[in-house]
Amino acid sequence: MTLRSTSVQPYARPTWFARHGGQLILHAVLLLLTLLFLLPLWVVISASFTDETTLTKAGYGLWPAQFSVAAYDFILQNPTQIVNAYGVTMLVTVIGTVASLFVNSLTAYVLARVDFTWRRPFSFFIFFTMLFNGGLVPSYILITQYLRLRDTLWVLILPMLVAPWYIFLLRTYFSTLGKEFIESARLDGANEWQIYSRIVMPLSTPALATIALFTILGYWNDWWLALLYINDAALYPLQYLLFAILRNAEFLTTNTNSSAMLGSVQVPLQTVRMAMAVIAIGPVAVAFVSLQRYFVRGLTIGGIKGE
Amino acid sequence: MRLLRKNLPFLIMGAPGFLLLLVFSYLPMLGVIIAFKNYRAVQGIWGSAWVGLKNFEFLFGTPAWQRITFNTIFLNLLFIVTGLVGAIGLALLLNEVRLKFATRIYQTVIFFPFIISWVIVGYFSFALLNFETGLINQWVLALGFEPFAWYNTPDYWPAILTVTNLWKGVGYGSVIYLAAMLSISPEYYEAAMLDGANKLQQIRYITLPFLVPIVIITTLLAIGRIFYADFGMFFYVTRDSPLLYPTTDVIDTYVFRALRVNADIGMASATGLYQSLVGFVLVLVSNWIVKRIDPERSLF
Repeated sequence: MTLRSTSVQPYARPTWFARHGGQLILHAVLLLLTLLFLLPLWVVISASFTDETTLTKAGYGLWPAQFSVAAYDFILQNPTQIVNAYGVTMLVTVIGTVASLFVNSLTAYVLARVDFTWRRPFSFFIFFTMLFNGGLVPSYILITQYLRLRDTLWVLILPMLVAPWYIFLLRTYFSTLGKEFIESARLDGANEWQIYSRIVMPLSTPALATIALFTILGYWNDWWLALLYINDAALYPLQYLLFAILRNAEFLTTNTNSSAMLGSVQVPLQTVRMAMAVIAIGPVAVAFVSLQRYFVRGLTIGGIKGE
Repeated sequence: MRLLRKNLPFLIMGAPGFLLLLVFSYLPMLGVIIAFKNYRAVQGIWGSAWVGLKNFEFLFGTPAWQRITFNTIFLNLLFIVTGLVGAIGLALLLNEVRLKFATRIYQTVIFFPFIISWVIVGYFSFALLNFETGLINQWVLALGFEPFAWYNTPDYWPAILTVTNLWKGVGYGSVIYLAAMLSISPEYYEAAMLDGANKLQQIRYITLPFLVPIVIITTLLAIGRIFYADFGMFFYVTRDSPLLYPTTDVIDTYVFRALRVNADIGMASATGLYQSLVGFVLVLVSNWIVKRIDPERSLF
């Protein structure tokens, strides 16, 4: 009896759990982790849809204790601040990204061309800025006292424009393009500008797209330059407006249509600022989900070296 | 002359990048002389009086420099170690998932914080941690305990910042390690399975050894940057709360405050130069070591 049963055993199919249990636990762990990762975002969204007095009494929760769209209503009625900040951020991001891609790729092209006699010293000139910097104070004094860029759009764009890291990434990419393209173009009488704009750039769209994505993110998320150099509320970019509101919720009531009637109407400050954050995250989140694979590809590009 | 003519197109094309770096990177490098001056705006950088090492005497005469140096290095080390363990652990988990679309969903969500600005992370931590209404204190109260004064208690913050740093960066790290794991030839695992190795043994004897070189390199490069703190995290997530400075004040926040809050140019510039110089040495040393291990991966 026992002999027979043991001899049958190897042919018995393992139970469903034995086959899938490992995967099941794995998914449970990862699912829990992803929920934890989303928790803060969820809480902020939930708060933005909560009634103001309920929020101040019952606190933040996973679900609005008392559902309300008053916060969004207020923003719709007084959109000036956020619309203006969105405008500044979009303008800076578009101009900054286009200019940055242009300058970085042009510089990378020069570094990639072996015909350029001073390629190595120029490469070192760029690379050295990745190793050493003068620190905050000299930059600050230069920009505010000498260049007088405080409270201009330029100060939100220019200091971030050249990115040595991206230059070297592009340089490496350009070098992998076949030399024969460039040689044959030169034989056809193309000048350097034409080789750059008609041959190298079109062939490099994948690399350019990835770098564009990171540059857009850099400009869109920037608060540092505004923190240092912008005092004029009309020039607040999105991230800096959010900071001003988080530091002092009363900031919401400056420059709004309702400031005159604040005496009678209570502004739902706590929930409005959470709604502001949601409105700021929304477009970025959508863009990220649709472009995620480009981000991932950008991260796995490696092998950058200066000379 | 012929040399100039031959290179003229390159010089013109390289000019924008050259000029921008000259202005925004090299002029500030010359500006480090401010640290040796008693800077007065009306006198300008050149016109201000030289004071030798006086600014540095002030800096190293205060206990603050030890605090900010310790906090910067200690917290960065904490971030490096936990980030490494977290990223590899997560990559190991993701690597075992057989449903590819599920991997992509998990990865997307865990990567998501990477694109969130520190300002918004500040909103998140406020929603979770503020004393009266924060989610965590709501839960603590519901469980019958006293609420925690998170923003007033320095001792909690190395842990809070470590969790924040993991939340924001572990997706990024896991992408890199997962890519490395996917490049391991399946033959190794097949051979190991024939020898009867279980999952853990496969991880221990195949996957992890394979990752060692990339771990060493990324860690060394991170150590090269250990004197620089992520300003946004320390400024926004702590809400720049002065009560938390004992454990959260780092070199970058100290320089910022000296410059913008106290308008103490001497102190700010001396601290900044201290950071730049030590940072420079650390990058050179770590890169030198990297180069000896794997010349392909060194920065230069």
